[in-house]
Amino acid sequence: MHELSIVSSVVDTVMETLAAYPGAKVKEVRLRVGALAAVVEDSLQFCYGIATEGTDLEGSKLVVHVVPVLMHCVPCAQDVELAGLQSFRCPRCGEPVLDLRQGRELEVESIEIDEVEEKA
Amino acid sequence: MTTRIVELRRGILKKNDELAAGLRQRYASAGLLVLNLVSSPGTGKTAFLERTLRELLASGAKAAALVGDLETDNDARRLAASGAPVRQINTHGICHLEAEMVGKHLEGWDLAALDYLFIENVGNLVCPSSYDLGEKIRVALLSVTEGEDKPLKYPTLFNSADAAVITKIDIAEACEFDRDLALRNINEIRPGIRIFETSSKTGAGMVEWLAYLNEERVRRQ
Repeated sequence: MHELSIVSSVVDTVMETLAAYPGAKVKEVRLRVGALAAVVEDSLQFCYGIATEGTDLEGSKLVVHVVPVLMHCVPCAQDVELAGLQSFRCPRCGEPVLDLRQGRELEVESIEIDEVEEKA
Repeated sequence: MTTRIVELRRGILKKNDELAAGLRQRYASAGLLVLNLVSSPGTGKTAFLERTLRELLASGAKAAALVGDLETDNDARRLAASGAPVRQINTHGICHLEAEMVGKHLEGWDLAALDYLFIENVGNLVCPSSYDLGEKIRVALLSVTEGEDKPLKYPTLFNSADAAVITKIDIAEACEFDRDLALRNINEIRPGIRIFETSSKTGAGMVEWLAYLNEERVRRQ
């Protein structure tokens, strides 16, 4: 259960970004999470409510985009998407695949904010 | 009010990744081989490390260890009996070690005077896989009492490992451990990984393990 630490880092990252947008209200925070990143969306959602309480992120929505695992298959000479995490073999040719190209991402992709209009 | 989308593309564990990159550089310039040992609680990481430290020291190598637990310094005291420098990291509830904790506990150690540093992670097969500690080799351990399908249940950790160690093989028969199935499962998740079948009690497999450590250390210098 390290989702709370992860969510706390998300809050810190967003707060740093918000410094450039004084008075802005956060509506949505979007994450990219690899299927091999060892985090569970339900836990992230649960922790998000706790970690954002009393911050400028309170009441915002957390959206998690799960990124599938892509491995490079040497015989097929291309990146292939794994069907699941139970077998690291190319779904096309069945050969073992070692070279991970995508699937461990853990990043804040973007945030949606409501900006306060500057009064003229 | 205007709605705006701000693109960030920022790694959530960026701070840990940066600290780990700094540690990796320090280890490399000190010519030190660093291993991160990860398993469930009760696999026998500490017993395996006790035996490894004892045998390394007896062979004239210089090895040290950091050991992570939520509470107590029991494991550090056990490991220190080997004669190696050992420090305990108490995480007080955190389920994994982070690069910052490792960096802090290395203070005052002359890394250039060491050949090996072992970091025994908190017993947990999920959370440690996200946190880089700057290690060169991540070792996933699995005991014969745990079930041959553990790699399939915890693919995120086993897929990130560089070597696998099966422990307690002296009681494999009593546990009806299916060796072929375990090896097959490890290979399904991490094809071609080096696997060591060991017993910290009888010393089985230690010759191969120590030879591997030496090979890796020499190769990386």
